[in-house]
Amino acid sequence: MVQLTLPKNSRITTGKTWPKPEGATNVRKFQIYRWNPDDGKNPSVDTYFLNMDECGPMVLDALIKIKNEIDPTLTFRRSCREGICGSCAMNIDGINTLACIYGMDEIKGDVKIYPLPHLPVVKDLIPDLTHFYAQHASIMPWLETKTNRPAKEWKQSIEDRKKLDGLYECVMCASCSTSCPSYWWNGDRYLGPAALLHAYRWIIDSRDEATGERLDELEDPFKLYRCHTIMNCAKTCPKGLNPAKAIAEIKKMMVERTV
Amino acid sequence: MRYLTDRKRAEGLGSAKTGTAHFWSMKVSAVALLFLIPLFIFTFGPMLGQPHDAVIAYYSKPFPAIVAVLTLIVGFKHFAEGAQVLIEDYVHGLAQKILIILVICLSYAAAAAGVFAIARIAL
Repeated sequence: MVQLTLPKNSRITTGKTWPKPEGATNVRKFQIYRWNPDDGKNPSVDTYFLNMDECGPMVLDALIKIKNEIDPTLTFRRSCREGICGSCAMNIDGINTLACIYGMDEIKGDVKIYPLPHLPVVKDLIPDLTHFYAQHASIMPWLETKTNRPAKEWKQSIEDRKKLDGLYECVMCASCSTSCPSYWWNGDRYLGPAALLHAYRWIIDSRDEATGERLDELEDPFKLYRCHTIMNCAKTCPKGLNPAKAIAEIKKMMVERTV
Repeated sequence: MRYLTDRKRAEGLGSAKTGTAHFWSMKVSAVALLFLIPLFIFTFGPMLGQPHDAVIAYYSKPFPAIVAVLTLIVGFKHFAEGAQVLIEDYVHGLAQKILIILVICLSYAAAAAGVFAIARIAL
């Protein structure tokens, strides 16, 4: 059954307020979700203040500055700092996005940062993506062929290659899946927008020879048909992709081979 | 606590190899209702507030009676399928199965009652 309130030990409390930087005139307030699995306490929201004259423009710049200069215990994932690795996905100002490419000038008022919603938290801003990755693996995210491997490469026309645009760019940051209410309520069975976008990427690949098997595997009231075109996925995708359209295309193919 | 691998959890019981028929059926009934609902409103509307005899006479004509019957049947079929999806979304376990059975039975009963009422008037 859907749970509309958080369990007692997950309810968020007010955390520590760190001192303001001395002598700074351009100060910004950051409210950041904190949870440590080792201290047995409920999650809290800590308040930090940063001198924006000495901080980079992106949310990740602020997080790194906080970790380096104020609170080294603040825990988050980050790597490429240019929107390619997908590590720093988190909920910023109510939107799932990548901290490295989300400018603080886009946020009005305090900067509120939480982990991606509806996933178990490992620590602070780090969600547990184990199930998300396993779902991605289950859609066979690779080229599946039956014909003998050609002497050179598998050829593809320019038109067929263009069909992969808007799909191959996905960095598996999980922003879309964790913004989807269907994934919140049925994430154990519904594959979610990210895995389905990847599934479609291989279904329409002109070189792939497992189209039927791929569609067979997806034809399920929960794996695929939990998508109700809510469109949160397309709205939140930090790469500007449209997983909802990819899912709709899969549904169209399902109908096409039935009717 | 169950010692399942991540992949085993993600795969679950595998694909049901069904769902498209339900999806397509809802699309068909949605398109049908797109025409039926305005027709029903335009045929039922003028009879609102009319005397009993006038309504009986009106629904003895084939067109308004057939429109009303079709709207009831298609409407409740669409409702049953939609409500099933809704229940699957929000309720899990045994309660889910019981609610789905209840909603489908109630939908059929409501459609049957409506069709019976119109048949009594029309025939």
